[in-house]
This record gives sequence, structure tokens and C-alpha cells, in this order.
Amino acid sequence: MPSNKSVSDAPITQFINCRILRDNELQREDLWVREGRILDPEKLFFDEQGYADKRVDCGGSIIAPGFIDVQINGGYGIDFSQASEDVSDGVSFVAKKILEHGVTSFCPTLVTSPPEVYHKVLPQVKVHDGGPHGAGVLGEVLQMLLLQTCLRKRSRCSGTRAPTAAENGVCFTSCKLPCAGFHLEGPFISAEKKGAHPEKYLRTFKSGGLEHLMEVYGSLDDVAIVTLAPELPGSQSVVRELSQRGITVSLGHSAADLSQAEEAVQQGASFITHLFNAMLPFHHRDPGIVGLLTSDRIPAGRVVYYGMIADGIHTNPAALRIAHRAHPSGLVLVTDAITAMGLPPGRHTLGQQVIEIQGLHAYVAGTKTLSGSIATMDMCVRHFKQVSGCSVQEALEAASLHPAQLLGISPKKGKLDYGSDADLVLLDEGLNVKATYISGEEVWRKGQ
Amino acid sequence: MKLIILNDYDQASEWAAKYIRNKILQFSPGPNKYFTLGLPTGSTPLGCYKKLIEYYKNGDLSFQYVKTFNMDEYVGLPRDHPESYHSFMWNNFFKHIDIKAENTHILDGNTADLQAECDSFEKKITAAGGIQLFVGGIGPDGHIAFNEPGSSLVSRTRVKTLAKDTIMANARFFDGDLSKVPTMALTVGVGTVMDAKEVMILITGAHKAFALYKAIEEGVNHMWTVSAFQQHPQTIFVCDEDATLELRVKTVKYFKGMMHVHNKLVESPPSEPKKN
Repeated sequence: MPSNKSVSDAPITQFINCRILRDNELQREDLWVREGRILDPEKLFFDEQGYADKRVDCGGSIIAPGFIDVQINGGYGIDFSQASEDVSDGVSFVAKKILEHGVTSFCPTLVTSPPEVYHKVLPQVKVHDGGPHGAGVLGEVLQMLLLQTCLRKRSRCSGTRAPTAAENGVCFTSCKLPCAGFHLEGPFISAEKKGAHPEKYLRTFKSGGLEHLMEVYGSLDDVAIVTLAPELPGSQSVVRELSQRGITVSLGHSAADLSQAEEAVQQGASFITHLFNAMLPFHHRDPGIVGLLTSDRIPAGRVVYYGMIADGIHTNPAALRIAHRAHPSGLVLVTDAITAMGLPPGRHTLGQQVIEIQGLHAYVAGTKTLSGSIATMDMCVRHFKQVSGCSVQEALEAASLHPAQLLGISPKKGKLDYGSDADLVLLDEGLNVKATYISGEEVWRKGQ
Repeated sequence: MKLIILNDYDQASEWAAKYIRNKILQFSPGPNKYFTLGLPTGSTPLGCYKKLIEYYKNGDLSFQYVKTFNMDEYVGLPRDHPESYHSFMWNNFFKHIDIKAENTHILDGNTADLQAECDSFEKKITAAGGIQLFVGGIGPDGHIAFNEPGSSLVSRTRVKTLAKDTIMANARFFDGDLSKVPTMALTVGVGTVMDAKEVMILITGAHKAFALYKAIEEGVNHMWTVSAFQQHPQTIFVCDEDATLELRVKTVKYFKGMMHVHNKLVESPPSEPKKN
């Protein structure tokens, strides 16, 4: 059984002198990488008599799976919701910059916009894996893993190409499955809870459910998440159909009560968009969407995840703690970062509106309505750890493992298991990012 | 026989590790001259392995030109099972040192022809020039490797069915579930270990005391297979105080009295001045 060498000739990198996040704890172990994936060194030793070609001394750093941001509207002057001609460039620009925050995969988020914007923006960005050019737009990755779902429902495959090659039972041809990449936050949301979204572009569901969605959005290819308000009539069939297509349905910008929210979860909804913000406040006789955290009507085996903007502004630390303690395994850190993230104070554009930066706050210009956050993901991780008192491992999992589980791309992403993608973030004791790797290649290092 | 008695487990582990280190360094292994080491598994040698890893990390010892042969492996347990001896050696020793994979040899308990695997293992030992130093432990029933009571004292590497005692003792590694413990193993024979140039047995803990007594103060007996080493010209038993609890006071005093001589074997080697 110990076989010959050459499972592969590719070079092997060994990260030494580090602590890695694995099995829900920080372990003093070396991390081995080959061909962009985490390698099992014991197999390498016994099966291939192999050893490392290159050693990287991490100087005692923590290695965590790269962060995954499932709600980010733009940054560094780029606004994903702007219907420009070079959306792809914009996404790529942000993708590169957020490597500095340890983010290796993200879902570019579009706020409520008119159909023209969706029709223009969505087709311009083909989801792709990350690399030295920047973080991966979740999609292709999603494709790979959703192909496993696809195989189970081959008869209903709506991909454009019939899968041909098969590997370990999973088809790896790039069958274009209609689900991956963007986070579409709106326009099917509640007028009462629109937050910074422009009222004139809000919509309700027309009969015909999904077809109507397709008219508005143009295409659901490369869409990973849709945020909607479940109290809108006709939402049930939409939630169900989107979920069946493998799109994560999120509840947000909604005035739903708990039973409406639970109904949506039963139809397949699995996420809550920025918990507490843009929803009814927790009430002890009707907890609203917040009540999902401790609901007993969640179908067995399913988890409801919830996004939290842990920037110290969108949520009071005490509220963050309540949510965390009620349902720690569902907490997903998101930045909800807007165009102005990374930019100096002043006025900037978000969707169809203008916002104003004051210090760490971003308001709808002329109001005190929060418009989004300008905190970076690593700031959110540090803040979350500090105010919740959670462990380093929990803080890191909230930015990596949980979003990966939410999108169904774990363990390929979000984990450092053997076979997982080697998207890594090296952090110091204070959880500051020292270096970022995608597929085992260094894509950013502090000080360079 | 040399009987080395240290105060506690840690000291015994360190003494044994230093002895191994010195043996390797004195041998001066090189690309055409490998030092061959026989190795055990279990909780007893863990401290010794930790020390050897320390010596490697300090730069005092290299395993580049060392070949290892493990004593045994379970039959039918997947190689990457956390309780396989492959996993044990990887996690507790190999992954921390600079040994080359092709120089390590562990019996494969998952081949189709188990006896052929055993025969091939014997051939590999011969091809490597025999074993310079075979390190082993002792079971509470006096067995060496998996040579259970009743094993021939001239046995070679073969398949063995495990004794009930052994299966019970191992259950703690399999969630206490007796049904999960392997019932067979491949093991070097008593004869195989006797062929080594030198044999070192590590024995620590009160629960091993009776076995040690049977092994060195009673006769050679296939019911206590470690007793076979009374007939080996170079045997060394390294133990802690607790393991001597069943020995005669006279035996213990005699060997303790010789520690000042025996300790010379573990002195740090003189550092050679670098030649230009």
C-alpha cells in the first residue's frame, strides 16, 4: 500500500513555526501546501517519501483560513452598484486591496438598484478564484462545490454544458450553474426598513415568482446570496425556488415577525442580513427576525447564520454579546463596507445616493441614518474578539469557517483541513494581518 | 545486563535518549554507513522521543543517516487511523526530525499477504546490515513487541493474535470499546530482536514492576518473553524507581552502585574543534 512517489511533482511548501486554526483550536503544527491546497504531510511521508521544497518561517504567527466577506458594497472609491463600463475592473481593484485585510474571498454586494443597473453590472463579472490579482469572487468555487449538489439533481441541471469529466464522483467541468458570486441586497425589501436603500427602486414580488426576479436582475448566474423581506406577499415560492437553485436566501431590511421569518427558513432561507439593523427590534412577545437565533422551528440539521457588522457603531457591544451567546456557531462577521472604506473623510456615492464620512461613521448625507460601514474585516475580527470576550479561535471562525459553511463551500474554503484550498491569513498575537496567501501563494505582505 | 535505575520517568527517558544520541554520534553515520535503530511505540518511549527531538532541534543530533525499523503494527487498521503505529511514529517522532521517509520501515498491516510482508521486513533488516541498537518496551505480561506469553524465543517477524490482556490494555486508545481494538498484529520476533547488536529495554511505572522482576530475576521463560535477553551479550534495561518495586533490594543496590560508571555512557560528547 505505501505507493511509489509522484502523486505529483509540484513543489511543496511547509509553513513552520506557526499556530494553525484547525479542529476549532489553535494547534502548534506545521502547515503543508501543494498545488494550492493543504497537504497531508503524513501521507506525503509514507506514501510518497516526500518532503518540503520550501520552508516559510512564520515567526510564531497564527495561520487562519482566509477571511470571507459575504457583504461588501465596494471600497477605495469603487461602488459595486454603479453601472459603469468597467465593473470588472472595479471588482478586481477592491479584490486586490482587501487582501490587506486578510480577505481572500468575497461576495460583491449590490444594494437596491433599478433593473438597468443589474442588467449592466451582473454580466460583467464572471466569478473567479483568487490569486495574486486579488481575492476570489465566490462563484467558481461555489460552482465546484455546488456541482456536488448538481450531481444529486442531474435531471434538473440547468447548466449550459453537460458535465463530462468526473473526479471522485464530482464533475469538474465548468458547468455554468446559475448560482454564485454576487450578494443582491434588494430590491425586494421592506419600505419601512429600507435603511439607506433608495425607496423608488424597491419592489414587491409579482406573480410568476422567479421569472419576475429574472426580469429585474437579468440573470442569476454568479449570484451567491439574495437578501429579501419575507413578509412581502409571494415570497415563499421565491425563497423556495432560489434555495433550490443553490442561492443563499437571506432575510433583511424587513419588518417580518418571527413566524414569517420561520416560514421563510422552512422554505430554505439560511441567513440574516446584518442582524439588528433594518429589522424590527427584539420584543419579548414577538422577537421578530432576531428570534431566529433561538427558534425551535428551524428544520433539523439546518443552521441559521446571521451577519454582524462588528465595527463598534452598527451594533452596541452588549447586543453583539447577546447574539453571540445565544447562537455562537451562527455568527458571520461582515463588513458591509461601502465605497468610502479605505478613503479619507468626505462625500462619496453609494448606489443611487450620496453619503458622508465622519470619522469612523458613514451617514446618508444630511441625515443620521447609517449608510454602511467603513471598517475593514480584520478590524471587525479584532473588535468582535475584544467586546465579546470570545477566544481567538472563535473570532477567526466567525470570519472564515462560518461564512464558508453559510455558502456551502466548506471545507474547501474556510478551513485548513487536508484538501482545503490554501487561502491563508497570517496574523500576529493581536490579530493584525501580517501576510495573505491565496492557493498557497503569497499575495500580500505587510511592509511591502 | 546493565540495569540503569533513575528516580522518575523523566530522568529515565532522558538517560535513554542520551544513550541513543551518544551511540549514533560515536558511530559517525554517513551516506555509506547508516546507523540502524529498532524502535518501539506506546506511552513508555514518549519521553525519550521528546528528548531526541530536542537534541535534533538543538543541532546536537541528526537522523539524516539513520535507518529505523519499528517493532510492530496492527493488522487491518487503516494506516492513517490515529491509533495506528504509523500515525504514532509520524506524530511523535518522524515529523519533528530530519529523517528521510525511505529510511523508515514500519510493517504494513494492510497488505494482502501478511506473512510475505513479515519475510520482506526481515530481509530489509538484513539488507541494512542488521540492527545496531534495538529499543523496546515491556508489557505488563512481560512481552516484548507483540510476542505474547508463549511466543517462541527464537521467533521471527510474523502475524500474532493479541492476548486478552493486551487488547484490554489497548482499549483505552479506542474509546474504551473492546470491539474496536485490532485483534491481530505483525510483530518482530524475539529472535529478530536478539539478532541486534545491542538491545535497550525501557521500563517505567509500578505496573511493570512484576514483569521486570520476572524478566531479570527469574529464568529464561517463554511466558515472559523479555527474559530471552538474559542470553544477549549487550542488554541494557533503563527503568525508574517504581519499576524496581518487585526486585530484590540486593539487585537494586548492586546496580545503583554502578551508576557512576554507567553514567559515563551518557555524558555529552566532547565538542570537536572545527578543523580548517
